[in-house]
Amino acid sequence: MMDFLLNEFLVTGDPLIYGAMVSIVLVSIAIVFVLTYFRKWGYLWREWLTTVDHKKIGIMYIIAAIAMLFRGGVDAMLMRAQLTLPNTEFLNSQHYNEIFTTHGTIMIIFMAMPFLIGLMNFVVPLQIGARDVAFPFLNAVSFWSFAFGAMLFNLSFVIGGSPDAGWTNYAPLAGPNLNPGPAINYYLLGLQISGIGTLATGINFMVTILKMRAPGMTLMRMPIFTWSSLITSFIITFAFPILTVALALMTIDRIFGSQFFTLTGEGMPMMWANLFWLWGHPEVYIVILPAFGIFSEVISTFARKQLFGYKAMVWSMLLIAGLSFLVWVHHFFTMGAGAGVNSLFSVTTMLISVPTGVKIFNWLGTMYKGKIRFDTPMLWSLGFIPCFVIGGVTGVMLAMAAADYQYHNTYFLVAHFHNVLIAGTVFGCFAGLTFWYPKMFGHKMNEKLGKISFWFFVIGFNVCFLPMYFLGFMGMPRRTYAIEPEWMPLNVVSTVGAVLMAIGFIVFVYNIYYSFRYSEREKTGDTWDGRALEWATTTPVPFYNFATVPEITGPEAFWKMKQEGGTTYDKDNLEPIHMPSDSGVPFIMSAFMFVAGFGLVWEWMVVAIAGLIGILACMVVRSFDYDHGFHVSVEEIKETEEKAREGEK
Amino acid sequence: MSGHSELTTGPLEYRSHEDRMTVLGFWLFLGAEIALFATLFATYAVLFGRTADAPTPQELFEMPMALTMTFLLLTSSFTCGIAIHEMRRGSLKGLLTWLIITLALGLGFLGFEIYEFVHYAHEGATLQSSAYWSSFFVLTGTHGAHVTLGICWAVLLIIQLKKRGLNQMTARKTFVLGLYWHFLDVIWIFLFTSVYLIGMVV
Repeated sequence: MMDFLLNEFLVTGDPLIYGAMVSIVLVSIAIVFVLTYFRKWGYLWREWLTTVDHKKIGIMYIIAAIAMLFRGGVDAMLMRAQLTLPNTEFLNSQHYNEIFTTHGTIMIIFMAMPFLIGLMNFVVPLQIGARDVAFPFLNAVSFWSFAFGAMLFNLSFVIGGSPDAGWTNYAPLAGPNLNPGPAINYYLLGLQISGIGTLATGINFMVTILKMRAPGMTLMRMPIFTWSSLITSFIITFAFPILTVALALMTIDRIFGSQFFTLTGEGMPMMWANLFWLWGHPEVYIVILPAFGIFSEVISTFARKQLFGYKAMVWSMLLIAGLSFLVWVHHFFTMGAGAGVNSLFSVTTMLISVPTGVKIFNWLGTMYKGKIRFDTPMLWSLGFIPCFVIGGVTGVMLAMAAADYQYHNTYFLVAHFHNVLIAGTVFGCFAGLTFWYPKMFGHKMNEKLGKISFWFFVIGFNVCFLPMYFLGFMGMPRRTYAIEPEWMPLNVVSTVGAVLMAIGFIVFVYNIYYSFRYSEREKTGDTWDGRALEWATTTPVPFYNFATVPEITGPEAFWKMKQEGGTTYDKDNLEPIHMPSDSGVPFIMSAFMFVAGFGLVWEWMVVAIAGLIGILACMVVRSFDYDHGFHVSVEEIKETEEKAREGEK
Repeated sequence: MSGHSELTTGPLEYRSHEDRMTVLGFWLFLGAEIALFATLFATYAVLFGRTADAPTPQELFEMPMALTMTFLLLTSSFTCGIAIHEMRRGSLKGLLTWLIITLALGLGFLGFEIYEFVHYAHEGATLQSSAYWSSFFVLTGTHGAHVTLGICWAVLLIIQLKKRGLNQMTARKTFVLGLYWHFLDVIWIFLFTSVYLIGMVV
């Protein structure tokens, strides 16, 4: 027993991991202590763990995503530390493999997606004049299955060992023969559990946006961020089942001995690459389209102009969404599918740059002759355009199949996808968070700190990743844990950039604390002279969002309301509001998913079956639950609104 | 907007806005299910013929069994349709009767499928024996698991219908279950064609 614990169960023998274990234990004790000391357990359960309020769920998503950004960022710093100088013995090759795997997986699955889904959760219902999402209970299931999936994945760090086959987890390297043990299982089950939640989010937001818009808000009057969320939800709904199947097949390969991706029994390892990227490429657009939506909102607001080319923006997103399902082979041109196949996918890939280019020019067009304000959200958006264009252009270079044989698996590729994912998604998350921050928390983030963090991050970003293109040309392969002496100078530059980015991130997080302490509290709901309906609510937003839902007569609903008069509190037409009841079932059900996942990771079937029974029991409980929610009385609405609107007078 | 209003006429399951949203959400879920099964079918197609040392499908597939299973499941879809028709007529008794017949047919299908799997295993074709058989068992097994889940779901619904009678909520739940059941039937038609018919010929 002791032998199993020390040799297999717990990860031992590495000071970094001992340090992590100690810090995990200390942080856990601290959390328990603080909650007990301040008697906050009840508050935590009532207000957060059982909530079905889209605003609170959105905020929890964002907090979790920032925590994951920290974890993924630490991984990145460790990698840069190892790669700065030749012959470094900081990390061995196994440890390095684990770190680039967790870095990639966490950043995409547990940072980028939840960050954007968190913003979608908070903003979309407000933008369309809805009081919650279509399925609030399901929304809570989405969040908690993501949270427990992320927890399961992160647990691999100290219990059983981290996955080490890259975030793409290619077979046969990730198969049972070459990679026995629990590590890869953590990847498969962690992603599977959180993937269930993501799929539910996709369906939930499609229905919300299609069915819950304010009266008069036609599709072409919707704010552009809502459009991007609708299209993203569409991609999620049709791409995530592919990942579900791919993960399930490999899980069955590893645990039950099937032969899908094996080298024996006539299995096909390359099937994994195909299935993975059939999901993986749409996934790239799942994390970029909402960011495009955010930039569109921010640029239009701070250029103080209506978004230029709204219809072209919508159509280009639809085109991108369609094309995203038709390009997956470009991730493995070197597989040897033949000239015909490679040419086809080369062309479809290049086609994507057309609608993307349209969007770039539309953003420029929006700013043209605008009276631009340079607040922090706008800075992130302005930084995005040139940085993202570099990533886009190098993407077209990679799209040329013949040339790709040179770039494939070099640092050129690494530089390319960081250039699009950081400049696109991460800048977008930061822009969106600072933009909607006052709506969420009732105060702005400090502008000065925000600008310091922006400049550190953007300069650091370019210093970090531009040299990598040249390292790629020099032949530095991706995923190497040791560099050659001639690659040293550029790697040193790159590491300096990474440090600057880390400083930018730290300042950003410090800004959250600083602003909580010192920022002036918002008096009105309209912080930035906004244009879409979310700014028509009071700050903080009452739990029912809108006392009365305004009639929408054109695009830019709130802008029009400000000019023509109009309110979300029509005193004479108040009606009781129907709201959904909170529920602890999503949390408990997801906890059972965690148990089932943990059992499968270790192939302890008794535990897995117990977890599965728990999940099914929760579904039965839900099926027999006929709770129709509750009504908020007119008096309560009046009281809430009068109090919230005191500052306006 | 008129879409938000509660109706007093028309099918029970479409009267409240919430229920209309649930039905749309379920259609989208079925869309996702199509993507899921499409991936499994594609995997099956790619791995077709990769039987290694295990028996080939021509050696094992038997027309009478596949036809019986098809007959049972297609009939259950028809009876499920009658059940929903009875529900629309407001007859709880008719609904329950036809729902139970549907379940019996579904259970019959499931029994044959389990027998089939055991039989193949005795003949040396298991999940582990080759890539082809892995994809066969996972594709048909996923469908079978869906049928099992559908049966359990229907049992829960029958209890609720007995307890609460026909109202907007139970009508919506039953309608959604009907959609699910017909969907499984559609999947089976593709399974029968591309797995059993083609498997016996090629």
